[in-house]
Amino acid sequence: MRGDRSLRATSSRPTRQRPAAPVTPVTGGLGESARRPDATLKVKGEFAYSSDLWAEGMLWGTTVRSPHPRAKIRSIDVSEALMVAGLATVLTADDVPGRKTFGMEVPDQPVLAWGDIRYQGEAVALVAADHPETARRAAALVRVDYEVLDPVVDAEAAMAPDAPALHPSGNVLKHVKVRHGDQQPTADVVVTGEYEVGMQDQAPLGPESGLAIPDGEGGIDLYVATQWLHVDHDQLVASLDLRPAQIRMTMAGIGGAFGAREDISIQIHACLLALRTGRPVKMSYSRQESFVGHVHRHPARLQYEHGATRDGRLVCVKTRIVFDGGAYASSSNAVCLNAATFACGPYEVPNATIDCYVTYTNNPPCGAMRGFGAVQACFGYESQMDKLAAALGMDPVELRLANAMREGTSLPTGQRVEGPAPVAEILRSLRAMPLPPNADGAGEAERDLRELPGGVSNTTHGEGVRRGVGYAVGYKNIAFSAGFDDYATARVRLSVVAGEPIAEVHSAAAEVGQGVVTLQLQIVRTELGVQRAVVLPADTQVGSAGSSSASRQTWMTGGAVKAACEAVRERVLALAASKLGATGRLVLADGAVLVADAGAAPTRVSTLADLLGAEVVEETVEYRHAPTEDLDPETGQGNAHVGFAFAGHRAVVDVDTELGLVKVVEMATAQDVGRALNPQAVEGQLQGGTAQGLGLALMEEIQISGGKVRNPSFTDYLIPTILDMPPVRMDILELGNPVSPYGVKGVGEPPTISSPAAVAAALRAATGRALRRIPVRPEHITGLLETRTDAVPDDPTKPARISAETQ
Amino acid sequence: MDFLRPDSWADALAAKAEHPDGVPIAGGTDVMVELNFDRRRPSSLIDLTRVRDLSEWYEQDGLVRLGAGVTYARLITELGDQLPGLAMASRTVGSPQIRNRGTVGGNLGTASPAGDSHPALLAAGAEVEVESVRGSRRMPVTDFYLGVKRNALQPDELIRAIWIAPATGPQQFSKIGTRNAMVIAVCAFGLALHPGRKAVGTGIGSAAPTPRVAAEAGAFAGSALDEAGLWESRGELPPSLAREFGQRVRAAAAPIDDVRGSAAYRLHSLSVIARRCLVWAWNDYRKAA
Ligand SMILES: Cc1cc2nc3c(=O)[nH]c(=O)nc-3n(C[C@H](O)[C@H](O)[C@H](O)COP(=O)(O)OP(=O)(O)OC[C@H]3O[C@@H](n4cnc5c(N)ncnc54)[C@H](O)[C@@H]3O)c2cc1C
Repeated sequence: MRGDRSLRATSSRPTRQRPAAPVTPVTGGLGESARRPDATLKVKGEFAYSSDLWAEGMLWGTTVRSPHPRAKIRSIDVSEALMVAGLATVLTADDVPGRKTFGMEVPDQPVLAWGDIRYQGEAVALVAADHPETARRAAALVRVDYEVLDPVVDAEAAMAPDAPALHPSGNVLKHVKVRHGDQQPTADVVVTGEYEVGMQDQAPLGPESGLAIPDGEGGIDLYVATQWLHVDHDQLVASLDLRPAQIRMTMAGIGGAFGAREDISIQIHACLLALRTGRPVKMSYSRQESFVGHVHRHPARLQYEHGATRDGRLVCVKTRIVFDGGAYASSSNAVCLNAATFACGPYEVPNATIDCYVTYTNNPPCGAMRGFGAVQACFGYESQMDKLAAALGMDPVELRLANAMREGTSLPTGQRVEGPAPVAEILRSLRAMPLPPNADGAGEAERDLRELPGGVSNTTHGEGVRRGVGYAVGYKNIAFSAGFDDYATARVRLSVVAGEPIAEVHSAAAEVGQGVVTLQLQIVRTELGVQRAVVLPADTQVGSAGSSSASRQTWMTGGAVKAACEAVRERVLALAASKLGATGRLVLADGAVLVADAGAAPTRVSTLADLLGAEVVEETVEYRHAPTEDLDPETGQGNAHVGFAFAGHRAVVDVDTELGLVKVVEMATAQDVGRALNPQAVEGQLQGGTAQGLGLALMEEIQISGGKVRNPSFTDYLIPTILDMPPVRMDILELGNPVSPYGVKGVGEPPTISSPAAVAAALRAATGRALRRIPVRPEHITGLLETRTDAVPDDPTKPARISAETQ
Repeated sequence: MDFLRPDSWADALAAKAEHPDGVPIAGGTDVMVELNFDRRRPSSLIDLTRVRDLSEWYEQDGLVRLGAGVTYARLITELGDQLPGLAMASRTVGSPQIRNRGTVGGNLGTASPAGDSHPALLAAGAEVEVESVRGSRRMPVTDFYLGVKRNALQPDELIRAIWIAPATGPQQFSKIGTRNAMVIAVCAFGLALHPGRKAVGTGIGSAAPTPRVAAEAGAFAGSALDEAGLWESRGELPPSLAREFGQRVRAAAAPIDDVRGSAAYRLHSLSVIARRCLVWAWNDYRKAA
């Protein structure tokens, strides 16, 4: 029944020709809040997402998944499934022609499982049928005989010598060690703490979906919503055993990503089914399947020991961070490296001992999510800074100011921070912002329930409500690190159509909502001085753009488009010189070549239309940021990152201390964005990132028991509503960046890093409780539930407890 | 699957008699979720939205007769004065979209312990009118809930209406959830003061296999107020009385641990909201003098 509806609800029909992109009516160059070309469509619900893809005669693919977190497959019997009328094919691991595993960093995950099952929801078989309901019924008839085993569900337990090895390489996926300064320091005041972060989900609104169309010659076209076409392409080539040119990928409409689309979901599966059946195959996960069909943010356990002088100077930080990587590697290695490099926070720390681990378990695989290892670390070190301030009797902001990192600071990895590092400016800005009025003065009758904890659920009229204010500041790398060859490609083409110059940009950058399409338009308009500009659909007919992750696309694809525009401009101006004999300082503006010599009014040499005529000027450029290096495996020293972004938050909360319910009254943030190329888009990122961090602090958690996800739907995986997310007060600093195009810094992730820590700090201020775990639940606020970490006694005088690991 | 669309109540009853395993659908806000999650594959759906009678309410014999198909949105705008507790509960249901479609009849049909209308219906002493081609019967709402998502309907019966006495005193409803809107109750409490009878009506949600009254707690509060002459004097509510009431409501609950909250928190928060509801209702009662 549902399938019938979706079959009719068609809105995009891919063809093998590149669809003609509409010439956008959008105007606006760099620095303007140019309107997104997809804005109206999205607001009206008319935007075609990947789940709307449709092709004549297509089949529907479905995944058979393991209900057990750990098991051995004894046998798979597909005979009953094959009897279902309307069924086209059933595939198992034997049907994967090429590499039987995939993975971005480590290809350790089976395309379809054989032998071992390592998490609940692992793909075991595929079914294609003429109708989604038929496919589901047939999938239910695939009989898999499992030998069910006890799952390893705790990251610490997984590291124990007697734990069963879940992979041939053992259970410790990565251990990053950083040794900086004196390893046996002494300090006047020492505070220890143990913290925990739950498993957050990216919860993108668009489920994983795509459409694979065989080309009849052994190759395939795949339309899919993903964050990085080319890394998918590499993995498709390997597993399908085809030549690269036989696989063409085109980006379909993306309904949010936040890291969830970095890994393969339906890509290989849909292609396998389409190649086997010779028919187009669509796959689209249900919400429930989506929750097991993508990676999550790593849950973490963080032990910290901070030492300081009596006047509040940090002497040392020791930390041991353990991430639960779940069943497969995904991007865990990079997350672990990130967390290790940011483990001490944006402070000057003369001596540091950092051990950061990520382990395999039988929990759901974890990987990329907005903030990428920096979020968990920030909750740990900022909780410690507050605790240290309390132990020193200092104001928490003062303590941070006294230790704030600045330009030229050496990180524990030995890397010098180049360019603005405005930690102190951010803190001062936050502190100077006016506080929201306290509602206590208002009489009971005047209080709108929506402004109180519990909202219209009518749980308090002011009883038990206490206010708290908390600060946090964090930082993170922009773009890829640790020696990765990070580049982005852009092709820019200038031609004259119907008497008007038009610029076309072609890149593979994924528009995940951040606005990279709008940005590319803004850059070409500004650089080439034309109004008409088009961004062609992202696909693999152009070189890689890298992932829309690590807050990198404005810098990287922005840099590539800028460089391609410069190359085009150079040729156009050369043409003006050679064809028309133009001399002096030539520039492109208003669709013309102008002479703009100093001191003189610009004069027009020629319109672009006249100059170019039928000529097409096209340039393709690969842009690279400065190279980085991997950390030394023993000392953790190295220039691993190319640049950093800084943000801070002040949270103001009202807590019903008796019920443990929370109303966040205001979130304030200050962030250095380098330069705001599209101020409205920047504001959107700051608000959205702040909200996602607030969600982690208060409610967003995949709850797992015995390796099984207990809440795989929006019924019980709660994300903030408009009554949970207050307005955001923003101070957007534009301090530039000497090593990036236009002086930009990435803006997508930083707002998610410090917002959870700030909310937790505000909750502590309101309640006086330790609150060592996020998400904070009402049980924690009311003291009804002690977390493992809450049980650790609080003793600032305790001697160093975390010993540096030598392995 | 058949999709039956009766135009009248008689046709609806006939359809249900003919298809006893057919699933009635009103607002569809529960039914469609179940179908979507593939939890249910009914042979037929019986659409009740064309049956005019179900979406009407009127007063008769001193009671409000609420058609099973009246939406939460209408309840909030049209019945806030007569049925304040139920209107408050309705206000907490889902989102505007859900309140525009969801109905009290559907909430009863689902009979989830977490349904928000139940505590208010219990506190107000509502009755449920059900009917089949065999005839009609009316039962106190307490008798309607049989177990987790089980109710007293026979396979051929439909819910026709809910009968509720208009409020004669202040009513309150309070619901605990882990976010400030669009949330399923971790626990909920409904309270109605019945000054004429010197009685305190109660209803507990999401803290036992079925919605249930806290009979002993209600009786305690009613008589304690009576003994102190407070129903007449409208004097201040002694804090100890409110606290004791909260404790007794808590004692009436039998919650479980689940993803939404622990049993311990359910018991704790229930005692708090029960106490607060009594305080708020009593303050309103005093002001109304
Ligand atoms: C996003 C979302 C949020 C929600 N939030 C809440 C919430 O906060 N609180 C809450 O209590 N509920 C909530 N619900 C559940 C749902 O909205 C309510 O239970 C609602 O009252 C159901 O009413 P309906 O008319 O949509 O019922 P339907 O879905 O049409 O039917 C529900 C059940 O009742 C039966 N039924 C309907 N009418 C009759 C009748 N006349 N006779 C016999 N059986 C009948 C149906 O067969 C079915 O079993 C939510 C649902 C969604 C999807």
